[in-house]
Amino acid sequence: MNTESVVTHKQPAMTVQPKKLKGRAFLTPYLFILPWILGFLAFTLGPMLFSLVMSFFDWPVVGEVTFVGLDNYINMFTDDPLFWQSLWVTIKFALLFVPLNLFIALFLAMMLNQKVKGSGFFRTVFYLPSVISGVALAMIWAWVYDGEYGIFNYLLSLVGITGPDWLNDTSWALVAMVIASLWGQGSMVLIFLAGLKSIPESLYEAASIDGAGAVQKFFRITLPMVSPTILFNLIMTIISAFQQLSLALLLTGGGPLQSTYFYAMYAYDNAFKYFKMGYASANSWFMFVIILVLTFLVFKTSGKWVYYEGDNRRGGEEA
Amino acid sequence: MIRKTIAYASLIFFSFLFLAPFYWMISTALKSDDEILQYPPKWIPDVLHWENFGNAWMSQPFHLYLENSLTVTILTTIGQLISSSLVAYGFARFTFKGRDFLFMVVLATMMIPWEVTMIPLYMEFNYLGWINTLKPLIVPSFFGSAFYIFLMRQFILTIPRELDEAARIDGAGSFQIYARIIMPLMMPALILVSVFNILGTWNDYLGPLIFLNDQSQYTLTLGLAQFKGMYEVEATGLMAVTFLISLPPLLLFFLAQRYIVDNSAGVAIK
Repeated sequence: MNTESVVTHKQPAMTVQPKKLKGRAFLTPYLFILPWILGFLAFTLGPMLFSLVMSFFDWPVVGEVTFVGLDNYINMFTDDPLFWQSLWVTIKFALLFVPLNLFIALFLAMMLNQKVKGSGFFRTVFYLPSVISGVALAMIWAWVYDGEYGIFNYLLSLVGITGPDWLNDTSWALVAMVIASLWGQGSMVLIFLAGLKSIPESLYEAASIDGAGAVQKFFRITLPMVSPTILFNLIMTIISAFQQLSLALLLTGGGPLQSTYFYAMYAYDNAFKYFKMGYASANSWFMFVIILVLTFLVFKTSGKWVYYEGDNRRGGEEA
Repeated sequence: MIRKTIAYASLIFFSFLFLAPFYWMISTALKSDDEILQYPPKWIPDVLHWENFGNAWMSQPFHLYLENSLTVTILTTIGQLISSSLVAYGFARFTFKGRDFLFMVVLATMMIPWEVTMIPLYMEFNYLGWINTLKPLIVPSFFGSAFYIFLMRQFILTIPRELDEAARIDGAGSFQIYARIIMPLMMPALILVSVFNILGTWNDYLGPLIFLNDQSQYTLTLGLAQFKGMYEVEATGLMAVTFLISLPPLLLFFLAQRYIVDNSAGVAIK
């Protein structure tokens, strides 16, 4: 018996595997992934479908549930100024945050890539703020921005700028949030750095021989070569901007005068402050659709501006 | 030469910007209540008021919050290590019907905004009677998490299959191969997932905010957020607690820096 099995396995076992698995053997892989399947149904797919259904109902936490068709969606667009206000705040935030974040992170990564001494130290420093809690971040910045005793305006005053009362000024509160968020996004520097490091030195050498200057090298080599990373960061930043909630809750509470009233906060308030669960579900689904469309658009257009080295393997696999 | 100078100058300048808020937090935490009201602000307090830490910590039941935070952090980490590794092994080592589709679904769930599931999850946990307990924060971790499954699967794919086959010839079943061969070899991935999960859970604010209402159930982040809302709280105490709560993640980061820095970049590039 024993010798026989050894003999049959003499050929690489891989060729044995594709045989039809029977009975228990057929079930084995499904048993291993069962936890995820159950969790997916209970905590992701189930809730998602449920919230889609809820979005067609008037659904208070206590009291009667009534079917209202598309009313929630219609009300949202036609009869709710807060919807438009929060959407606009969110878009403004993303428009400020995304380019600034990409620009600063890429810039710092390029500086780190100059074979500087102590690059380990600098990397740690840039990463540090992303390690602490968003609550801690908000606490620190609330104090940094303090209108009377804050260090931020003091530092600005040293260079002759009289800073506004950041968190209580309708035209500056959102900018203050952008700055605080940038502080927490230093980890992106490392992602860019890894992208830059993967560019073969020979490309730059060849360009030098052909007489290319630093600017040309940047636009002709660096930028195309890190473009996949830019794409990745772009998508992730847009998504995170649209989900921005804790900073708004903790720094400004959405104020002053709703100038930092983010869309996520709007949905949150409708659900957990006004207990309009159906309406809030409609809010959330609208957000989901926006994120899907954005992601789709970025991917769709990426063929035009993202350069994949050599083959298109990277684009298809795993992404 | 000029290029290096520019590089150093900008790196040092930005390092200052990144470190200044941390310094401001620590120096405020050590000041006296009068000193924080001085203008221009003092960089270094005259006397270091170490007692601020103890006083602020004792002014609220932060020891309870700490207990809750530790409970959630430890249990979710155990949950993720077991469940995500099982699932990752299933995806990495078997060929089965629907595998590629299901794996795509795993990856797709990472894109779903939390707003979409937040409300029904609240109602689901409410129905189960779990609101105001730590269960909504803990139980889901025993069903795996997309990102960790992805990380572990990628790692398992780098383990030579010959090891599995050798064990199989020796009579080991699939579960034994998972437990005896894959898990020990997967140590770096397990450490990485633990670090990510500890940081994520310890720092989580929205989960506790939505699922907990009773003070005795608060985690540290929620306790800190509530601490700020109290009018009698001075900046010194607030910064002291903020520092204490940030300390474990910062220490963990220094310990595991090599893992985090290498991998957070590596994952994104893939």
